[in-house]
Amino acid sequence: MSAVVKVNPIACEAYGYCAELLPELVTLDEWGYPIVDGRPMPRHLVELALRAAKDCPRRAFLVEESAESPSRRGGRPRTR
Amino acid sequence: MSSTVLWYATRATGLMALVLLTGTTVLGILTANRSTSPRWPGFALQDLHRRVSVTTMAFLACHILTSVLDTYVHIGWTAIVVPFASSYKRLWVALGSVGVDLLLAVAVTSWLRHRIRARTWRAVHWLAYLSWPVALSHSFGMGTDMRQSWVIDLVVACIAAVVGAVTWRISLAAARKRRALAFLPVHHRPEGVPVKHISA
Amino acid sequence: MPTATTDPTAGTRSAGAGTSSSRGDDQVRPTLLAGWHAHRRADLAAHVAYHGAPPLPRRGDTSWAERFAGVVDASGLTGRGGAAFPSATKLGNVRSARGRPTLVVNAMEGEPASAKDKVLLSCVPHLVLDGAELAACALDAGLIVVCVPDAHDDTAAAVQRAVVERVGTGHAPVPVEVVRPPGRYVGGEESALVSWLNGGPGAPTWRPDKRRPLAIGRGAALVHNAETLAHMALVARHGPASFRATGSPEAPGTSLVTVSGGVEHPGVYEIAMGTALGAIVNRARPTDDVKAVLTGGFGGSWVPAAALGTAYTPRAMAEVGGVVGAGVLVVLTRGTCGIAETARVARYMAGESAGQCGPCVFGLPSVADDLELLAFGTADPSLLARLEMRVAAVEGRGACRHPDGVARMVRSALAVFATDAAAHAARGPCAFAGTASVLPSITFLSPNRARAGSGGRA
Repeated sequence: MSAVVKVNPIACEAYGYCAELLPELVTLDEWGYPIVDGRPMPRHLVELALRAAKDCPRRAFLVEESAESPSRRGGRPRTR
Repeated sequence: MSSTVLWYATRATGLMALVLLTGTTVLGILTANRSTSPRWPGFALQDLHRRVSVTTMAFLACHILTSVLDTYVHIGWTAIVVPFASSYKRLWVALGSVGVDLLLAVAVTSWLRHRIRARTWRAVHWLAYLSWPVALSHSFGMGTDMRQSWVIDLVVACIAAVVGAVTWRISLAAARKRRALAFLPVHHRPEGVPVKHISA
Repeated sequence: MPTATTDPTAGTRSAGAGTSSSRGDDQVRPTLLAGWHAHRRADLAAHVAYHGAPPLPRRGDTSWAERFAGVVDASGLTGRGGAAFPSATKLGNVRSARGRPTLVVNAMEGEPASAKDKVLLSCVPHLVLDGAELAACALDAGLIVVCVPDAHDDTAAAVQRAVVERVGTGHAPVPVEVVRPPGRYVGGEESALVSWLNGGPGAPTWRPDKRRPLAIGRGAALVHNAETLAHMALVARHGPASFRATGSPEAPGTSLVTVSGGVEHPGVYEIAMGTALGAIVNRARPTDDVKAVLTGGFGGSWVPAAALGTAYTPRAMAEVGGVVGAGVLVVLTRGTCGIAETARVARYMAGESAGQCGPCVFGLPSVADDLELLAFGTADPSLLARLEMRVAAVEGRGACRHPDGVARMVRSALAVFATDAAAHAARGPCAFAGTASVLPSITFLSPNRARAGSGGRA
């Protein structure tokens, strides 16, 4: 089971908190909007990703399980 | 608990709550700069804002408890949330009640932030701005320590911090609005192709 | 209201003959516009006289829907609205959804360089409505909604007349409503259209999982381009083999193409899929040697003159960097500047952003800025690198495909007009940059993006 991050581009308002928490996966373009690495992320980043998803002020940052079993998690952190 | 201890506790926790509320407000205003960079840790500021607001609530709760439990003056439990329900210093305690109501609303809506409509959350949070001048007036009106010079200095510092932060935010909003206008999509009405020929 | 010319090559043909890949036998190869060319009338009586009655299901015929879906599948019909998605699959997705579906006839035609849906609804509205009724019956839909842009009063009137004619005739088992959404560029995007029909703002929605059908009210929505439905009406009457008789095996049937630009006869042409691109362009009589063609629309891609021999099918066009899309061809002739035209298109597209996603709202105008600098402004060696970076930055980062289309169009321009681009970057605008645009008339903003007060929200 691997997790990927996604950004809802309509909800996103360039707060940039996701990039602050996860510079490994998110960089900001010249206008402050996130460019995400949509590949399955390393295990140690999942906790941070869930945190970023929970604290995104517009709930635009999403953590999902990768394509085979899409179940959306808006970020209630779960322990593994 | 003796009345004197309660009285000192009320004043101390009240002052602390005011200072912490100032901190919460200023931090909240600072998060309006919706960007993040190594020099401006947006996420950390937002997180700090939340934590300071919780601390504020804790001190506020102590302040309320000690003031109601103190039997020297009668305030009554209902006066905590209902304005003008206290016979002692009616107006000033009422202001305190209004402040509590506002902060309770903010706390509940923030706790349920993602379960309610974004507009609702934002509206209630804007009302929270009011809680600071309400708290300030309440402090002035209750008056117990307001004659001490160090308290006056502290309060002036709080006022300066909030006024400074608000000024900064207004100028930021104006700049952002100018930028947004420059990028406003403009929808044209093209005449399209002059269809001179329709062929099978 | 489009009028026919006295061009001797048009209008006198009988149904189906005369396309460059015609088979030469006398099998009926029904085409969309043949009925109109035969009678020059768009009313119901003329339609039925030419095509016969639509094969609508009889009451209680429960297997009809299955058979209809099978016929559409066998024909290999793909959507004619731009995405070329297999129509039978789309039909199947909605058939399996819950609730009472709505059939949406998409005639929004947001592409300024496209006029085929306008022509279809003005000349053969009953063919489109036949297809809509057939599809609606297959879905057991409760309502058909025909979407015509708010600015196109003539077209809407033509459809409305046709709708009224059919009432009570038995040709309209499912009720039809004509609605007028705002005619923006992205207004015809499926999710935007459905959003408007649901009472929303008419902006595209984010659909990370495209397989889930869109919904109107409690039921699913099947959105089909008007031309696709017109083809369905013919396939239902004449069978899948008749559809496959023209075109190529991978891209069967005919299609409507709008040709514009540096041509003497801009207009709508019905062609067999697989015809050579150059042959299609030549029918519109280019005014000079063809330099390049913008295929697929403003969000499509440029194709050089060297590729004019390519067959007009999605796959063959893709191999040369072109796009079939909604059948749009804008011809660029010698003596016009490709970079300048690209800049104009980019500026228009930037103005047509729905305004929802940051990378589109900010990125497209900056791409247009760079292109205008490249086309009309001072030489700048770093410009091309910056432009490529910005184009890459907008791609795939919006909720809809609008920025992707712009990215594709600009990239193709930089490839097809590479020498021009390099010359502009090194030495400034070429001699032709200032010549009048051949693009369909669209309002252009000045290069310094003086937006305040100009136009305003439509």
